[in-house]
Amino acid sequence: MAGELVLLDFWPSPFGMRSRIALAEKGIPYEYREEDLRNKSDLLLQMNPVHKKIPVLIHNGKPVCESVIQVQYIDEVWHDKAPLIPSDPYQRAVARFWVDFIDKKIYELGSKIWKTKGEEQANAKKEFIECLKLLEGELGDKTYFGGESLGYVDVALVPFYSW
Amino acid sequence: MADEDVVLLDFWPSPFGMRVRIALAEKEIKYEYKEEDLRNKSDLLLKMNPIHKKIPVLIHNGKPVCESLVHVQYIDEIWPHKSPLLPTDPYQRAIARFWGDFVDKKIYGLESRKVWSTKGEEQEAAKKEFIECLKLLEGELGNKAYFGGENLGYVDVVLVPFYSWFYAYEKCGNFSIETECPKLIAWAKRCMEKDSVSKSLPDQDKIYDYVLHLKKVFGIE
Repeated sequence: MAGELVLLDFWPSPFGMRSRIALAEKGIPYEYREEDLRNKSDLLLQMNPVHKKIPVLIHNGKPVCESVIQVQYIDEVWHDKAPLIPSDPYQRAVARFWVDFIDKKIYELGSKIWKTKGEEQANAKKEFIECLKLLEGELGDKTYFGGESLGYVDVALVPFYSW
Repeated sequence: MADEDVVLLDFWPSPFGMRVRIALAEKEIKYEYKEEDLRNKSDLLLKMNPIHKKIPVLIHNGKPVCESLVHVQYIDEIWPHKSPLLPTDPYQRAIARFWGDFVDKKIYGLESRKVWSTKGEEQEAAKKEFIECLKLLEGELGNKAYFGGENLGYVDVVLVPFYSWFYAYEKCGNFSIETECPKLIAWAKRCMEKDSVSKSLPDQDKIYDYVLHLKKVFGIE
């Protein structure tokens, strides 16, 4: 199960952070490689020819692209430690729904907050806060979205805290 | 697993709804189909999907599941014994999920809508990118009968609904998808030979009429 693991990443990327957290939760050693996004490495272009984006997880030479897919892959391959995805199919569907929500809303709205001004910015801020409140509602009284320990939604969302 | 209460809130032209219909049909699950009027959404829809207020919503024993990619995985996990859709190998699953995500981003993203909703240079650029994305999918299909190999799999279920929209795209965009991507159209026709697909997709002419109606409503020529 060990074998060679490389993460092509870019330090500020919240998507890269997700994979870093998942690998750390599982205690899996890997090689971290910083990409210069203005000068992408041949390896990145070869491993993610479709989107040419980080993060890319390379496991025994085979690439896995898209951070939510990486987190699921990591959870499935190293399933014995720190399970992230619920075992119940309905709870899994709920977790996937919220991760999809985070992907659709948080990054884009967050980007608008720092990229725009005036009315566009004001609307983005308002909608951003509304989305965070919806997430608060989903968290409820639980310690983590995953319950007693970090789960899939926690890993997907917490990187945005650094932003 | 019998006597399960399965309800699908849907809208007939929605390719996202079609995915769920196909998955349920592949698994031979009986369910109640409820057509939503999107200009007058039912209380049930608003209650079951308060976040997005969108179809499709799958209600299983009273509990809602939202988002079509989530639905297909859920259906596959709840009813694993018939027609498995996702591979068992984690790496193959990652690949299937990647292409499912690609289809969502590129084939039904905002850019591809421009193929039928714009004109001139903007439309030409949208057509070009749309065909490029279909060619990437052809590459992934390779010589396999289906993306899932010998049988329908996750990517097949996620992508084939858009085949019902291709005629509308071709008429509005004045191009032939089959000329550009013959392998993909051959794949789509192969999928349509299965009842689970052909009974879940509306007629292409009906979708074209619907697109013309949308263009009128949005004031697009």
